[in-house]
Amino acid sequence: MTTHAVADAQKLTTAARPPERRKSTPWMRRRARLGWLYAAPTAIFVLLLFVVPLFTVGQMSLSDWSLLGGDKGLNAPGNFTGLADNPLLWPSVGFTLTYTAIVTVIMLTLALGIALIVQEASRWNSFLRTAILVPSALGLASASLLFWGLYSPNIGPISPVLEWLGIIDEPMSFLGTPTAALWSTVFLVVWRFTGFYMLILMVGLQGIPADIYEAARIDGAGRWQTFRRITLPLLRPSIAMTLILCITGSLLAFDQFYILTKGGPDNSTITIVQLIYREAFQKFDLGAAAALSVVVLVALVIINVVQVRALREKE
Amino acid sequence: MPQGAPFSMAPSVPEKLKEEQEDIQDMFAITRGTRSHGSRRLITSLAVAGVAALALSACASGDAGGESTEGGVELTMWTRAATQIQSEAFVEAYNAGHDNQVKLTVIPTDDYQAKVGAAAGSKSLPDLFASDVVFAPNYTSQGLYLDLTDRIDALPFADDLAQSHIEVGTFEGSKYVVPHTMDLSVLFYNKDLYTQAGLDPEQGPTTLAEFGEHARAIDALGLDGVSGTFFGGNCGGCQVFTWFPSVWATGDGVMNEDGTESLLASDSAKEVYAFYRGLVADGIVGAGTKDETGATWTGPFPDGTVGVMPMPSTMLGSMPENTGVVPIPGPDGGESTFVGGDSIGIAASSENPDAAWEFLEWSLGDEAQLEVLAKNGDVVARTDLAKNKYSEKDPRVVTINEVAAKGVTPKSLKFGEAFNDPNGPWLVLTREAVFGSGADIDKNNDAITAVLAE
Repeated sequence: MTTHAVADAQKLTTAARPPERRKSTPWMRRRARLGWLYAAPTAIFVLLLFVVPLFTVGQMSLSDWSLLGGDKGLNAPGNFTGLADNPLLWPSVGFTLTYTAIVTVIMLTLALGIALIVQEASRWNSFLRTAILVPSALGLASASLLFWGLYSPNIGPISPVLEWLGIIDEPMSFLGTPTAALWSTVFLVVWRFTGFYMLILMVGLQGIPADIYEAARIDGAGRWQTFRRITLPLLRPSIAMTLILCITGSLLAFDQFYILTKGGPDNSTITIVQLIYREAFQKFDLGAAAALSVVVLVALVIINVVQVRALREKE
Repeated sequence: MPQGAPFSMAPSVPEKLKEEQEDIQDMFAITRGTRSHGSRRLITSLAVAGVAALALSACASGDAGGESTEGGVELTMWTRAATQIQSEAFVEAYNAGHDNQVKLTVIPTDDYQAKVGAAAGSKSLPDLFASDVVFAPNYTSQGLYLDLTDRIDALPFADDLAQSHIEVGTFEGSKYVVPHTMDLSVLFYNKDLYTQAGLDPEQGPTTLAEFGEHARAIDALGLDGVSGTFFGGNCGGCQVFTWFPSVWATGDGVMNEDGTESLLASDSAKEVYAFYRGLVADGIVGAGTKDETGATWTGPFPDGTVGVMPMPSTMLGSMPENTGVVPIPGPDGGESTFVGGDSIGIAASSENPDAAWEFLEWSLGDEAQLEVLAKNGDVVARTDLAKNKYSEKDPRVVTINEVAAKGVTPKSLKFGEAFNDPNGPWLVLTREAVFGSGADIDKNNDAITAVLAE
């Protein structure tokens, strides 16, 4: 991006100046320097907030590094080999993948469906859009706390209301069993994020030219055919984007489980990031936490490369 | 809490300004090319600044040793939400009467360890930080606290300080912390519900069997929303606090002396699990007991919807008038308590250790102990003050103060990992033993030992 800016600046210079001034190197150099100057803030931010922490995590993962005691020297590859000893590792990997699959399928289907319904401008549709988008304005942690209150068997209003309506006989436990805890959390996440994905897909839908639909109609294409042959292929970039965002986001799930279930009941809802948190802040072992982070990072890079390859438009 | 505590650096301001002016002049001197002159001046001004800083710090420590500090120092202090009421009362009383001001930050209990750990890593700990007493060994062993051995031993009431706290805060012969708030587990019972159920409201349970009878009698009333008892079924910390005393009451321990082996598969421990298991099986426990992660486990009792349950003594001040208090019994009698609460020390990185100690010394003195703690119905941190003008008015406080002497504070470097971790082995054991089949207690106990011995 920044190199483009520099190139553009140079192009402008060459266009505006007569040919003989093009070789005026001090001028060019000053422009180039100016370009670098413009790029510098971004470069510094990337360096300080991304490259440096990345190297620190890499160093931690190879060191015996406790949270309270600091760096105590090299411990390679002990942190990595020790990961397999954690009895919660494989259950948490399995749970994270299950959760990701469920959330992605439900949320993207729902978001696409709603986007198709509300894409045309009408008074009701704009009300509906806003209503669906509002939860996205709430932080995930706040939303989790809200649902924690709603689900609570002590203070939550949902169970008493259902009892009063006669739908259930006994107080309902939303987080009491592994299945209930999983679906209660899925519900929260769908409620919180569907509006956001709906918005992305809606923008994609509105980018499809109306005359294509018109042509299809003239050719006698049915609704399903139009959707299958026109909407879906042309929506591909937007779908690819939501898919990547949703899968990465779900694989890194933490807040909602930390607040709603704390990994319970009976360690059934531990995600991989919770495991990282637990290594760092319950066991005070930053080395092991960093090692797990590195493994997760590598896995995420691979998953995203595969996704981008698979979803790339054939040119 | 007073906001914007007065903070003045009056004596140091002119020096500071002068240094800055000189530094600026030096910078210009260098750019003008008079480098040798400039650097000489820079060195001089640095030396002056150094001397001034030395003089200032000497002056500060001299002041702190005296009666009060001129102008006052602002001390930072952290505490966890669980003992917020007591810490806030201490700080308010101290700030009202001293030039030094303490700025208290209350941190959610669940996040406290993580916050302290992160701050220790980045060398940004406050001057004073309290700690759940069971976690004190983690901090003392890593050198986060300043060694207070000489200061504590010099206190006229050193031997009367709650010894269970001092012992847990001692590492390799050095003392690092003093008791800050005392939080004991005791049985609370609702006298109104006792009367309604035909029980004697002046006679709480003295054995676990009686506890069960009373809870069942109250549950049998069939009042809407009222249950016999309640506990944090998904909260390892709550269970440690409320169930260990029943084991200790029999004379058994929960860990070996070094805190490296779990003894929680003993017959007496199994009896305690079986007791709670019976209450769950008969539906005597309140709604949400199994799911309670600890955030709201003390909520139902003050609402008057629970007959009898173990609760933290620090809550007594905010309980309804009709609350009765008895010690937590063992299966066949006996009594004990978990001497919890917070101990507090000075961060090794503190720049104001003398001023910080002044606060700690004051907090342990007669006036603060009586007017801040005892007045609110809290347990005092000194045994010589156990009987005082406030406790005499309330026999319940006497009950708590008396059982404090029989209580235990468990000590292990891996306590949090084994018992408080929501995904740790203790919770696996108790949930299986109380809500599950109860067949895996021995196996799960070995898993606790594996963590403790790591």
